[in-house]
Amino acid sequence: MATSTEPRHASLPPERSRQRDFRGGRDRPVGGFELWSWLFMRISGIVLLILAVGHVLIMHVQDDGVGRINFGFVATRWQSPIWRTWDWMLLVLALIHGINGLRVITLDYVRKPGIRLTINMVFYILGFTLFVLGSVIVFTFDASKWPGAT
Amino acid sequence: MATRATKKKSDYGPIYKGHEGQYSWLLHRITGVAIILFLFAHVIDTAVVGWGPEAYNRVVSVYENPIVRLLELGLVAAILYHSFNGIKIMLLDFFPRLVPHIRTLGTVTVVAFFGAMIPITWIMGGQIVDLIRN
Repeated sequence: MATSTEPRHASLPPERSRQRDFRGGRDRPVGGFELWSWLFMRISGIVLLILAVGHVLIMHVQDDGVGRINFGFVATRWQSPIWRTWDWMLLVLALIHGINGLRVITLDYVRKPGIRLTINMVFYILGFTLFVLGSVIVFTFDASKWPGAT
Repeated sequence: MATRATKKKSDYGPIYKGHEGQYSWLLHRITGVAIILFLFAHVIDTAVVGWGPEAYNRVVSVYENPIVRLLELGLVAAILYHSFNGIKIMLLDFFPRLVPHIRTLGTVTVVAFFGAMIPITWIMGGQIVDLIRN
């Protein structure tokens, strides 16, 4: 009589586990806040592909890259409301995308809920402060306060 | 049926005990954390533009340093890797039929990343060489 059962998944060699049935797709949250978070990361990711990669190519690769950036460069660039909007959207989406990413990482590595909440609150407050600072600067910047600087 | 109860070290890649998909998962995390930490600093340094040309030009003068420029190249690499790997994640999640081809997509991601980094490294490397010469 068999009194023990065969060891199962834990001892499957990698050759077998590589043939897992993937047809159902990768795991994703079933609902609630985590599903919205999952969706937000992907939607903001698509927009950031344009905003962030475009920003990097323009500011760091094109022409002399970051070497040409000074007060005059920013003053000229922000004469256009399009660039101000671009930079503001990049600010908002990158902050939320990044801080939500940090939150997901703390779910993996910080087990105690109190410590995790504290760490996340620090990031939320920092993120909100930077959002306010960045928004004020990007929308109120007025190069004419420094005549002759550009 | 004879199955090994313990896995040999050679069943896994070096250091990180998983399949190649877990390397891209780890790289996605590391690059993501690096980018958000840079962003925290970058919002502040850009905000200095609101304090006038003297203050802002002093802040951006930190880039007149070849080592900072190499870090900048690393930042661009992190953003591009995170972007390409992000595209892979979205393709897999929005089109689950692609999931059996996950390894091929992983290879495509890596090839696309290096394909993009070669000209970018050439261009940004040229900027660094110019900086050192002047």
